[in-house]
Amino acid sequence: MLFKILEVYARPDFPEKLRQHIVLSLVALLVAIAIAMPVALMIRNTRLGAAIAINIGNIGRAVPSLAILALALPLFGIGFGSALVALTALAIPPILINASTGLREVDKGIIDAARGMGLSGNQILAGIQLPIAAPVIFAGIKTSAVQTVASATLATFIGGGGLGDLIVEGYSRRGPEILLAGALAVAILALITEIGFGLLERGFTPKGLKIAQKRRG
Amino acid sequence: MSNPALLLLQDVLEEPKLIDWEWIGENFSEDILPALQGHIFLSFVSVGIALLIALPIGILSARYRKAYPPVTFVTGALYSIPSLALLAILISIPGVAIGPSPVIIALVAYSLLILIRNTVAGLDSVPPETKDAARGMGLTDRQILFRVELPLALPIIVAGIRIATVTIIGIATIGAYINGGGLGTLIFDGIGRQFPTMIIAGAVLATALAITADLLLLALERYLRPWARVRRA
Repeated sequence: MLFKILEVYARPDFPEKLRQHIVLSLVALLVAIAIAMPVALMIRNTRLGAAIAINIGNIGRAVPSLAILALALPLFGIGFGSALVALTALAIPPILINASTGLREVDKGIIDAARGMGLSGNQILAGIQLPIAAPVIFAGIKTSAVQTVASATLATFIGGGGLGDLIVEGYSRRGPEILLAGALAVAILALITEIGFGLLERGFTPKGLKIAQKRRG
Repeated sequence: MSNPALLLLQDVLEEPKLIDWEWIGENFSEDILPALQGHIFLSFVSVGIALLIALPIGILSARYRKAYPPVTFVTGALYSIPSLALLAILISIPGVAIGPSPVIIALVAYSLLILIRNTVAGLDSVPPETKDAARGMGLTDRQILFRVELPLALPIIVAGIRIATVTIIGIATIGAYINGGGLGTLIFDGIGRQFPTMIIAGAVLATALAITADLLLLALERYLRPWARVRRA
């Protein structure tokens, strides 16, 4: 069985499916960041804005990923682009929620102190709010990334390609080795994403915050 | 595109009519209602089984702290496997037939991490003074657990049930791919029959079900926190 699975990975179309999966996930994630971050920054000082963003984010998180992908089919047709739009919509909520709560939870005293030292609004944002909120923001990006890699598996149902193609092929042709090869590749990719973004998250935590976290125990 | 059915689908989808209300009316009691009921059944049974497993493990991990990291490692690993992949792996196991059972196993596996984590967090949130006071009043360990700790931890446990339920309702749609039933059946049949109305009916109902469950459990969570309500008033 193991040998048969490895044979699937040696197939000429495997690298292409893997590439599609990665491109789908990566582009969706980057576009989601490009949409969610400016929104979070714009509403960082308004309570109403934050409440709206968090509520939209929460509802967005309740929407099943298969539902979003399936709805993209009648709206945007079949194919890669359609899957990309759906995956982007799915990737936004976790980033939006974490970025806006992270930015809002920065201690007001610290911001007051910075303002008292004569820092401008932009300096406070770049030098204080963003670095302090960075771990929370990155946790959101990590959640989103792992979820996007998982949901990209479903892209196959609307003709979007990716590793899900192998699962569908294995299932419909009763080829257990193709089914397992696809499933294992997806699981490993999700695990790598989880670990990779975990390291990134640690890398983006400012040194001062790490020391403070350690002291607190 | 390798799948000719999907190419055909594109032609059909270019018709402007997205929702065929007549079809919905005709098939409501035959197709739509059973799918909705099946979905509720799948989600309900899975959360129930998951709770039966997660509560004891959570209580034990809160007490025997050394067991907690390995428990979160294993359940975290289960949680991170993409659902379609987990379903595919499950039906590859000899003796596991396609149908609702592997779907329920997968849904239970996904809920464990959230439920165990919230049980432990809930028990941790009980102030030590409260437990001391209970002990001082002569309560046994078992009485403290059932009469003091668990009631106080309940709002956080329900918060976990809420997240787990919403997650499960979403993932259950994918279970239809391996004949698990539920609203996903409408979505996959809609894709197969090239019929947008079915896709939309399944997707919209699954979303509505998830949001309804979310709001109901949120209300329950608030109700179980009478001290927070008093403070706000």
